[in-house]
Amino acid sequence: MAILTVKDLTKSFGGLTAVSKVNLELQQGELVGLIGPNGAGKTTAFNLLTGVYEPTAGKITLTKNGVPKEIQGLKPYTVCKDGLARTFQNIRLFKDLTVLDNVRIAMNQNVKYGLMSSFLHLPSYAKAEKELEKKSIELLKIFHLEGKKDEMAKNLPYGEQRHLEIVRALATEPSVLLLDEPAAGMNPAETAQLTELIQSIREQFNLTILLIEHDMSLVMKICERIYVLDYGQIIANGTPEEIKTNKRVIEAYLGEEVDNA
Amino acid sequence: MKNIFKHKTLQKFISILITYAAIQGLITVGIIDDYWQATLATICINIILAVSLNLITGFTGQFSLGHAGFMSIGAYVCAIITISNPTTVGFIGGIIAGAIAAALIGALVGLPTLRLRGDYLAIATLGMAEIIKIIFLNLEITNGAAGLQGIPQFVNWTWMFVFTVGTVVIIANFLKSSHGRACISIREDEIAAESMGVNTTKYKVISFTMGAFFAGIAGGIYASYFYFLKPDLFGFLKSVDVLVIVVLGGLGSISGSIIAAVLLAIISTFLQSFSEVRMIIYALLLIVLMLFRPQGLMGSKEISLSVFKKIGLKSKRGKEEV
Repeated sequence: MAILTVKDLTKSFGGLTAVSKVNLELQQGELVGLIGPNGAGKTTAFNLLTGVYEPTAGKITLTKNGVPKEIQGLKPYTVCKDGLARTFQNIRLFKDLTVLDNVRIAMNQNVKYGLMSSFLHLPSYAKAEKELEKKSIELLKIFHLEGKKDEMAKNLPYGEQRHLEIVRALATEPSVLLLDEPAAGMNPAETAQLTELIQSIREQFNLTILLIEHDMSLVMKICERIYVLDYGQIIANGTPEEIKTNKRVIEAYLGEEVDNA
Repeated sequence: MKNIFKHKTLQKFISILITYAAIQGLITVGIIDDYWQATLATICINIILAVSLNLITGFTGQFSLGHAGFMSIGAYVCAIITISNPTTVGFIGGIIAGAIAAALIGALVGLPTLRLRGDYLAIATLGMAEIIKIIFLNLEITNGAAGLQGIPQFVNWTWMFVFTVGTVVIIANFLKSSHGRACISIREDEIAAESMGVNTTKYKVISFTMGAFFAGIAGGIYASYFYFLKPDLFGFLKSVDVLVIVVLGGLGSISGSIIAAVLLAIISTFLQSFSEVRMIIYALLLIVLMLFRPQGLMGSKEISLSVFKKIGLKSKRGKEEV
């Protein structure tokens, strides 16, 4: 069953078409890669999917509990509520807040108590807050961050900041997770560890994952299918083996062969 | 865990009660005379104004220069109601009606203007406060530029204390809740907040409306204590005065706002005797403070028991090094 379908998605900034008639389809539980040279429009595609940008044309359909819903042009917080969560290429944590608060903020949309309860700290507040903290710590444990829950997010080492971004996205209880270069700036050992983590959270949370990544070792290892984007257009789509040998992909990355050179 | 919580709440409650009783005692004995009581009123009003503006500017990150406008709405509504019904019920009703009126205007103004960011929002809120001032200058019921006189005085130390503590407790509680954290996340990173499911427009308007509500309460207390109102009192400079307290105390620190409000009121009372150079000394003090503590007295930290523990640890470490 397709959980996320993108049809003819287009975004123009003035005269520049950053994303042009992109079609994507993610099946429930798949782990799909989105790769392409710098400036190909990958992050723009993510911003369109999550509502940060409004598409110029095209349709995005997200299926939640078997009910398809068109989400193009909706506000980011609505898209998030519908089950699409993301991380950012340039880490966007709430830097001056604690690790725990970063996760708790992401759970905001499911909090049940009202404003009156928050003004007066009524019993419903105490009960809900206790539960929030418990849930947040459970999530932090997956990435071994529970010991640092009271530290400021900005004081975490780089790799852990990337991990915290994933925890924060998971806290919104998504069905589809978009990871924007989760391994950027990591060393090979950290990347290997991240690869395992991504696979384990996919099973644990029954997630469908779409990830942008430049680290081919990670992409080729865990992605079941790969879309290749170049100049805003999908130029190839297939298994890692197919992509590795695809002529257009090689051209996009290395340039065309010149005859008689 | 629950016991510690109860224990802490009890400690806070007792310390609040002691503060109240101590000052009430000083007033009864006559050590705090009428002159210092006026300073006390200014302190309470400024604490309410600063804490509520800190909610908007320091915690939610929306730069507002219109706080005096909301204050004036609360002041005039409370004054008009208490003049027509000079009883304690009339006063309480007036102060609450004033706060609600300020909150309504806050929500009304907030909905369109909170789309703006930074300096643009500051200018829009500044414009709003000026419009409110001009409306009060031209209405018959507010007696125009001559102002309202002889407003029945109901506010005493008890009322000031109840409203000030109430404001601080409600805002501090709000900030410790999920809704409050959503507001803070907007200050930290609006795009990330929105992508994590925080309805940023809704929380900006909530924070702005709450800030306006409490500014309205401060206005009501002002009207009832100083029993004289004219539109000039609520100009641009009044908004800046409040902003100075917030920035001096630390954007994002409630205890900072309280300390700064107390400190500035006491300093300016002492400087009354040097009337010619008063504003120069006041300005110099601000400049010096900002040079040495650009993040404000408290930064974004709060005074709590753990702070005292940390200070204790530091001094211990210091001794070991020696």
